[in-house]
Amino acid sequence: MQNRRVVVTGTGVISALGRNTDEFWNNMVACRSGIGPYDASFSDQIRFKNGADIKNFDATGIIQKDDLDLMDRFSQLAVVAAKEAVAQAGISFNDENAYNTAVICGTSIGGVHAQEQSYIDLYRENKTRVHPLSIPKTMPNGAASNISMQMGIKGPVYAVSTACASSNHAIGNAFWLIRNGVCDQAICGGSETPFTYTFLKAWEAIRVVAPDTCRPFSKNRQGMILGEGSGMLVLESLESAKKRGANILGEIIGFGMTSDASHITKPDQKGAEKAMQMALKDGSINPTQIGYINAHGTGTLVNDTMEVAAVKNVFGDHANDLSISSTKSLHGHALGATSSFEAIATIMALKNGILPPTANFQEKDDTCDIDIVPNASKEKNIEYALSNAFAFGGLNAVLAFKKWMD
Amino acid sequence: MSEAVFEKMATLLSSKKGINKELISIESSFEELGLDSLDSIELIADLEEEFNVNIPNTELQGIKTIRQAVDGLSKAMQ
Repeated sequence: MQNRRVVVTGTGVISALGRNTDEFWNNMVACRSGIGPYDASFSDQIRFKNGADIKNFDATGIIQKDDLDLMDRFSQLAVVAAKEAVAQAGISFNDENAYNTAVICGTSIGGVHAQEQSYIDLYRENKTRVHPLSIPKTMPNGAASNISMQMGIKGPVYAVSTACASSNHAIGNAFWLIRNGVCDQAICGGSETPFTYTFLKAWEAIRVVAPDTCRPFSKNRQGMILGEGSGMLVLESLESAKKRGANILGEIIGFGMTSDASHITKPDQKGAEKAMQMALKDGSINPTQIGYINAHGTGTLVNDTMEVAAVKNVFGDHANDLSISSTKSLHGHALGATSSFEAIATIMALKNGILPPTANFQEKDDTCDIDIVPNASKEKNIEYALSNAFAFGGLNAVLAFKKWMD
Repeated sequence: MSEAVFEKMATLLSSKKGINKELISIESSFEELGLDSLDSIELIADLEEEFNVNIPNTELQGIKTIRQAVDGLSKAMQ
C-alpha cells in the first residue's frame, strides 16, 4: 500500500506568547517575547524569577463548569487549544468519524497542580484526606481523555511522556497512524503546566534555568526559561481534507526518533544526528532540500553547541545555506508541550514565508556559527523544514514538514 | 444534627453543582439530582471534611440518596 499523505488543517495555541494561533504567530514574528516575571506567591523562594506562564487563565465560557471541575490546569489548556484547532479545521465528530479519529497528547508531568494540592493538604495542612478527584486530575492521560470526552472522539486516545520531546513524539505517532491508514484524522500536540512550588524547586536544583532570560546560541547564554501552555494540531489524510474541502495549512512528511542510550541528562550528538537523518529518510527528502530548522535550542551551553555540531554533520556544506532558530526564546521551554508550539511555528513559517527569530541574542559563539535568525524574523520562502526535540532521558524526536502546495 | 447535615449538603450541592436548593429534599436520590458516582463521592468527601468524620467504603457504596447520606454522616458523628 502506498503511504498516504498527511496534512495539517487546524492549529490551536494557548501560551504566554499568545492565547490563540494568530496572537502566538504575530508576537513571534514581531519578536515580542512572552518571558517575564512569573505569577506565583512563592516566587521569592525560588532563585529564578522569570518564566513564560499564562497570566489569569480562566477557561470559564470555553469549558462547562461541571467539566472544568474534572480537569487540572494542563487538561484545561489542552482542551482550549484543541477546541481552537478543531474549529479552524471545521470538523465535527459523529458516529461516522468518531472511531476513525485519534487523540495523542504529550506531557512530561501531567496534572501537577492537583498533585501539589494533595501535598499541601497532607504535609502542610495535616489533613487526613485529599480531594476525591486527585487521581483523575493528576493522571498524565487526563488531557487526552478530556479532549476525547469533550469532542466525542472514540478512536486511539493516549498520552505520550518523553520529557521535552513529548509533543513531537505525539505528533509523529499521529502522523504515522494516519499515513498507515489506522485513522483518517487526529488531534495531537501537548500540554504542560510546570509552575508549582515543588516542580520549580526541582528545576532550581538541577541548575539549568537562566537567572534572566533564554538566549539560545548566544555566547553568554545561561540556560533555559520554563514556559507553560498547550499547542494542538489537527492532522488528517490528504484525501479526507480534500473531501471536506478543508483549508490546508501544511503537510507533515517525516518523523524520526532515537534514544541516546548514554546519559540521563547530557545529550549525545549521534542520537540527535540520527533522528534528523531518520526524519529526512522517512520523508524521502535530501538534506539539501531543508531550508529551516526549528531548533531544540534550549539556551543551555551543552545543548546549543551539540545541536549546531549535529546540524553541521547532517547537512555538511548546506548548513551554511539553511537557517535555524530557537523560538524557546519567545514562548519559553514548555517541556512536554514545547515541541507542539515549535511544530506550529514551523508550519506557519512555511505557510507565510517568514522564519521566526531567536530572541535575546547578544554575543556570537564560535561553536554556534550558523544563521540563527537573531532578534528579528526573516522573510524567506522555503519548501521543507525540520522541528527538533531532544529530551532529558536521551530521547530525540524530529518532524519534517513541507509547505502546502496543491 | 441531621438537619444541620442536610442543610450543609444542600448548600454544597447548590454552590458546587448549581442545583437549585428548593429542588433538594431529604427524599431526593442522587440520580434525580443529576449526580453521577464521582459527584456523590466528591459530595461525601466535602461533608467528611466539614464534620471531621470518616464513612467506610463499604457504607459509601450503598449511599444513593440524600437521606442515606445524612444518616451515614450522622451515624459516623455519634
